[in-house]
This record gives sequence, structure tokens and C-alpha cells, in this order.
Amino acid sequence: MDNIHIKVSVNHRTYERDVDSRCTLGDFLRHDLGLTGTHYGCEHGVCGACTVLLDTKSVRSCLLLAVQANGKKITTVEGLAHKDGTLSVLQQAFTECHALQCGFCTPGMLTTLTELLAENPSPTEAQVKSAISGNLCRCTGYQPIVDATILAASRLRGPLSPSPQ
Amino acid sequence: MEIVDSKLLAKQAYIGARTLRTEDPALLKGQGQFVDDIKLYNILHACVLRSPHAHAKILSIDTREALRLAGVHAVYLHKDLPASAQKRLPLNTPNAAITLVMTQEILASSEVCYVGEPVAFVVADSRYIAEDACALIDVDYDILQATSDCADALKDNAPLTHSTAKNNLIAKLPLSYGDIDRAFAPSSIVVKDVFSQNRGSAHPMETRGYVAEFHKATSQLTVWSAGQAPHLEKKTLIDMLDWDPEKIRIIMNDVGGGFGPKAIFYPEEALVAIAAWNLNRPVKWIEDRREHFLSGSQEREQYWNIALALTHEGKIMGIKLQMIHDNGAYLQWGVILPYIGVTTTPGPYVVPAMDVDLKMVFTNKGPTSPVRGAGRPQAVFAMERILDKAAQMLSMDRARIREINFVQPEQMPYNVGFIYRDGKAMIYDSGDYPQCQQLALDKANYESFPKRKEKARTEGRHIGIGIANFVEGTGLGPFEGATVRIQQNGRVTILTAAAAQGQGHKTTFMQICADQLGIDLDLIDVIAADTNAISMGIGTFACRITVTTGNSVYLAAQNVRDKVYSLAAFLLQCETSDLEMSNGLVNVKGEPKRSKTFSDLARVSQGIPGFSFPKGVTNGLEDTQYFLPSQAAYCNGTAVVELEVDMDTGQIQILNYVMGHDSGKLINPLIVDGQVQGAVAHGIGNATLEWMRYDEQGQPITTNFGEYLLPASHDVPRVSVVHLETPSPLNPLGVKGAGEGGTIPAAAAIISAIENALDDAEIFLKDTPMTPQRLFDILRKNKSSTHH
Repeated sequence: MDNIHIKVSVNHRTYERDVDSRCTLGDFLRHDLGLTGTHYGCEHGVCGACTVLLDTKSVRSCLLLAVQANGKKITTVEGLAHKDGTLSVLQQAFTECHALQCGFCTPGMLTTLTELLAENPSPTEAQVKSAISGNLCRCTGYQPIVDATILAASRLRGPLSPSPQ
Repeated sequence: MEIVDSKLLAKQAYIGARTLRTEDPALLKGQGQFVDDIKLYNILHACVLRSPHAHAKILSIDTREALRLAGVHAVYLHKDLPASAQKRLPLNTPNAAITLVMTQEILASSEVCYVGEPVAFVVADSRYIAEDACALIDVDYDILQATSDCADALKDNAPLTHSTAKNNLIAKLPLSYGDIDRAFAPSSIVVKDVFSQNRGSAHPMETRGYVAEFHKATSQLTVWSAGQAPHLEKKTLIDMLDWDPEKIRIIMNDVGGGFGPKAIFYPEEALVAIAAWNLNRPVKWIEDRREHFLSGSQEREQYWNIALALTHEGKIMGIKLQMIHDNGAYLQWGVILPYIGVTTTPGPYVVPAMDVDLKMVFTNKGPTSPVRGAGRPQAVFAMERILDKAAQMLSMDRARIREINFVQPEQMPYNVGFIYRDGKAMIYDSGDYPQCQQLALDKANYESFPKRKEKARTEGRHIGIGIANFVEGTGLGPFEGATVRIQQNGRVTILTAAAAQGQGHKTTFMQICADQLGIDLDLIDVIAADTNAISMGIGTFACRITVTTGNSVYLAAQNVRDKVYSLAAFLLQCETSDLEMSNGLVNVKGEPKRSKTFSDLARVSQGIPGFSFPKGVTNGLEDTQYFLPSQAAYCNGTAVVELEVDMDTGQIQILNYVMGHDSGKLINPLIVDGQVQGAVAHGIGNATLEWMRYDEQGQPITTNFGEYLLPASHDVPRVSVVHLETPSPLNPLGVKGAGEGGTIPAAAAIISAIENALDDAEIFLKDTPMTPQRLFDILRKNKSSTHH
């Protein structure tokens, strides 16, 4: 086996490990670091359940090798809640809108939408649908996820901000 | 069964409320515990070598090179399995009509019958090494002729799915009721056609998977599974491993979707257990998506040759039906799936006579078992499409022909005529079908649709509307049980083996229990999907858990309340009628200090060593109930879909999707709305995208999410749900199932709407899925034929 030394920051914590060069980032997060919130749904880059943020950009952790993340900052679903463990605004909106059922695709939805809300604080429904068009969900029929995102965006903007459109 | 519901507390805080799910916070924070998240000391990882051929004899298997690879611990072939596991899997639901029984082997011994059938099982230090080792196994196959299409499989010279069988026919089921000759008298109008629905797969976002651990000191075998039916898996494992029934436990923690295929027993579960026992180390196997395409159960490939007899006024007289069901290579659920299909045909309509010829056929393709809807979408598709055709022939409005044929609410309970899959007369218990359709039509502005259509045409746009109704037997028996227990710490635990895959069962059970005991949800814990939680169970499928487990929780919690009252009355020296209860405290009315907490009472009820209980006091503040439904509770619904067809590309855009839905009393409307929205999404997939394709040699040609499309965010509109709540008289909560209704009429309504959008082209659409490509081809063909 061909082990390579890497150093990554995951959810503001630094990890140094020797990893097999062929180990995917998702397997590294899940099995080496024990961060099992990131899920594998297809292992060919279509379903989006394994999405994590690499620096600030969403990436498919099933299509990246762990060694490619060397020196990078990674945010996984475990890093989205407030420091005291309470739900983030987006997570809270998800539960209020029933935007998750089995919860398996949810980590990828949350990371993808966290990126969207950082880039676009006032997304329209169509923009939210586009943002998650690469994330498959078999349970919810998507609409509650869209509703949750719009709700979270409005809360994040605060009461005085104009709504989209 | 007589049900007397006199004990309901006046205060109803939770039943019927849009309570947020208690399951959510952990899942949102990435703290779910799915099967692949389980990490055990010294765990090994497994991979399955699968047949690349649809049909072949195994001549030899050479595992030497695989075994030499560093990190490989074992390679299992059929001959290496214990004798009990060399037998074929038991048949779940036997039926006298089955003349050819062929269930799957754990590992193929000499013949493989579909692409994906397990041939060898490798256990190694990591999944990566296990996959490397699989690639080093050399199997010599003698490729045999395969049968792919189920209608072809019935022909005289068809290749045999199983070389030891005489033909491919599993069962022939004639079913009939009423006077069919009278229905098809010369004075009747007869409309007929042949419909087909193609294969899809359930594709829960979490694939299948198992972890097994053998504890040598106690001979205890524990299996964590991503499944739907813990006790079914346990019972099968006991047989396949010849295991002590008291030393085996199946647990399903968080499960990432199920939708049917996870309700059956798969060979990999036995393999993981055998390897863990044999190697004395925990073993994990997680299916990858390609494997799920090959070996996860599939559904819906059937041919429906249907003839509908009507009066000149459009009244249904009878139906003749010939149906061929593609079972795939092995039997799993007996005749259940096609049986549900044909008995769903009459739906909400009065059909005085039916004559059915049902044939179940083996083919060299992946085995089938129920997928969300379970045979019903095909039935509804055939019935609703033939009604559309009849309406056109009689120049009747499509809503009108349905309206005049509805079973009326005053006809309830209504005996359809069939014997249902539970062996009992198929009797609809309740429902208001005319009102359900009317509410859906109103919500969809059906009346004014012609104006919208006319306007759209002037803009060069093609819009259409479609309607489809269904009735679904839900909440099937025999039972699902629950224990409600007040603990010494004053908390309340609900224990059940019922397994959830995203339906929010825990919250639903908590709501039911909370109202009976006058407590808040935060005082309740739920242990579910664990065979150690309760001694018997069936499984989660057929929209049955709220009906079965829900009512068990309801009844058990009420009995626990009675125990609380009688023990408190004894300790507080009063009558039970003097007491009131709230937030885990029982006190004499008007005397808040004369009280006992749940904790006090639970401790007393657990006893003091050596002291007998006084007369009338029983041990334990707990009760176990197995609610036994007398028959299915029938839910119903109406889908009305308005959509636009892009004439240049065949792409459709759904403009409005209305679902009238009656699943009886709603425990949590938030959850039920979510079930409907999600089930519709599944139906949209079936209707327009999802097509598990095989070539003529049984080789699957859609084995990833690029080749097989699931509905994505842009494909699913917001569904407007109109609820009717006609309570079922058959269970104390009055509930009916709600998980599949959205899926069942979707293909029928959507394809009717597509056809309606193209009505000047005189096309009759008979197949699903109506993919953009397929529709494009039809439009192009139509265009060229009208030009000539």
C-alpha cells in the first residue's frame, strides 16, 4: 500500500494522518476520522449525499481523494450547528418545514445549501432548486427543502431585509 | 373485533397536531447512526462477487489468488457454507397456486440466473482489499440462453430461466366474481387495450447493508441491518443458520429509506452473519449503488390486457383482464405482488363482474418484490387509462365517467367481490370517493381548464389535464406490537420492533402515547426496530405501521394509565375517579399535595424483596399490546395533474399537481403531507423517468444514476394536498395508511394529462415511463405520418 501523509482542518480541528493514496475523501472522513455524518449514496458523483465544503466550495467527497484535500479546510455536516450544539438557522428551518425524512441525503443538502446561502442571501425558489439539482432525495419530494431554505434565508437576512423578487 | 373507545383523555394535545419530529436534530447534525456508521473493534469488511451473466452454469471457481492477497481473511463459496445455509431461502408467503417454487441460494451452487446473483463472498481488512480480491477470483461459466421479456418467456420455445424447470410459469391464478357473461352481453360497449409498465427500483438513498457480531462467550449473534422487517430477518436467519432463536438479535438504527425492497431477506445478511461467527470478528457489508441496481429488488414490469364492458351511458358492467407479471429470477413474496395488482383494478368504482387470468413468470432478471405502491400503480394505470379511452369513445367528460361509477359512501362497508391478499373478503371499510374527486377537481380548477387550454393554444403551448383515482388496502395484519413502560426514573418508554426508514414513526408513537398519559414528548423514549424490544413482529410495508403499532401503543398506553390510577388510588387511599394526571404526576383532584409521581409509582410497582402485593395491585407499570386488525383499512385518493408538453423535445413541465387524499384520522399532518409529497415524487419518476432496462439477453443496461434517472429537484412540483379524514371504523385511532397513496395514481394521471395536451394528435398512450425520449419519438412519428 502506498501511504501518504496529509494534514487537513475539518470543522476547525486539525488532523494529521497517513492515508492510502487511493482512499477517497469521504472514506477518510467517515472511517479514519469517524465523522460519519457525510454519507455515500452512489459513489459515482451523482447523488450528492457526500457533499462537503472544501474551503468554501461544495465538493463530492466520493470523487475526491483524501490526499487532494491536503492542506485544505473542510466543513462537514458535523460542523454546521452552533457551537453550543443548537441547530443552525438552516438546520432549524429544515425541521420546521419537514425537509428531511430518512435523513440520509440531508448532510449533502445542508452543505450544498450552506454554500448557496453564503453566496446568495436572497435566493428565489428556482435558484434553490438549481442549487440542489445535483442532490438526490428519495423521501421528501424536494419542495420542503426549498421551503426550508427560503425560510432560513429570510431569517438570516433579518426582519428588515427585503425579500427576493 | 369490537372496539370501544371510552377511555380517551379529554385533553388531546398531540394527536392531530403538526408536531416537529423528534428524530430530526440528530440527523441534522450528522449524528444519525446508519448501518455503515457502526464501528466495532476488529471489524472486517466484505465484498460480494456477482454473476456477470444473466444465465450460466458455474463450471469451476478458483479462489487461490484471492486468498493469497494480503489482508484477505476468507473467501466463501456455496460449498463452504454450513449445511443449513446451503439450502434455498424459505418462501415467505406460500400459496397453493404456485407450481414452480424457486427461491434464491445464499451463494449460487451451480447455476446463476440473473446478473448480480452472489457467487462468492470475500472478507478482508478493508472494503478496498475485499474488492481487489473479488477481481482475483476466476469463475469459469458456461453461458446459457436467457429469457428477458416476460411475455416471450411464456412461449413454447422460450429459453428456461432455470434449467431444471419445465417452463417459466410460476403460477396461474384465475380470479373472478359476478356474472361476466352478462357484463359482456352483446348490448354492452367493450373498450380494450394492452398496457405495460416497466421496471424501476426503489433506490433509497442509503443502499442495503449489514454488520454482524458474534459474541463467543454467550453465543449471541447480533446483526445491524438497513432493513424494514427486523423479525422477518431474524426468523429467516434462525432457519438459515440453524441458530438458537433466543440468541439472535436484529437491530435497525437509522435507516436511509426503504420503499419496499428492504423488507425482504437478502443472501448477504446470512453471509455477514456466517462470516462473523466463523471468523469470530465483526463483519460489515455495505452494498454499493451498482450492486443495488443489480441485486436490490425491483418492480412494476407487467402486461395488462384489459377489456372494459360498459352500458351506453358509461356505467361499468365488468372487466376481463389478462395480466402477465415479470417476477425476475427468484420468488420472494409468493404471489402477493401481482395479486395486490389485480385486486386493485376495480378501485373506487362499482365493477359488478371481473374475470382475471393472472400469470406469474420467471425471467433471467433481478428478482422483484413490492416497491412503494406494490402492484397498484400498474392496476390504476390500466383501469384509469381504459376509463379515459371509454370516455373518449362515449364523448363523456373524464371526470363524469368516473363520477357515475363511484361506490357511494352509503354503500360502505362495500364488498368488492374479490378475496383480498389477507385471505378475507375484500371489503372497503369507509371512504367518500365522490367527495374526494370533487375536492381535488375544485382545487385544480378543473371546470375552467378548457379556457386555460384554449388560451395556451393561442400562445402555441400544449397543456393537458389528467385525473386518476385509487383505493389502497393498508394497515394489514396480522399484528405489530408495542410495550409502554413507565420507568423507575419517571420516564416513559415505548418499545416496538416496528422499523422506520424515514416515516417519523417515533414521533407518531410518542404523540399517541403522550395524549393517553397526559405527558409531553420530552418525557418519552422510543426503542424501535429491535427484535429484543418485543418478542414478535412482522415488518414495515403496505402502509401498516400507524394502523398496527400505532393502535398497539394507543391501547397499551391506556392500560398503563389504568394501572397508574389504580396503584395511586391504593397508595393515596382514594377512588380512581378522585384522581387526575398531568406531566407525570397523579394527585387527588383539588389536593395537589396528595400526589404520587410516575417515578414513585413505578418503584412501588417493581416491588420490595419479600413483600407480597396487596390484593388488586399488579407488578410493573407496563403493558404490551398486539393490535390485531380484522382486515385491511382502505385509504383512497384522487390525483389531478395539469402539465405542459414541449412539442419539440418531449419534455414535460408539471404546472399543478393536486392530490385528494383520505388516510383516515391524521396523527401528524406535517408527516402525512411529507409522505404524500414524497410519494408523488416517486410516482413522477415512475411516470416519466425511471426505467430499469435490460437487453434481450437479460443484461441490465441502466446501472448508474446517469443511465437511470431519479426525479431531481426540478422534476417535482409542490403538491397541493386536500385531506379528507374519513376515520376507519376498524381500529380505535381511525387511521389508515398514508405512505403509498401519492405514488399509486401518479403515472395514470400524468400520462392522461400528456395525452390530453396532445389531443389533436389522436395519440393513445399505453406505456410507462413516458420519458421525454419516448414522447419525442411518438411525436415525431405522428408528425411524419400526418404529413404523408
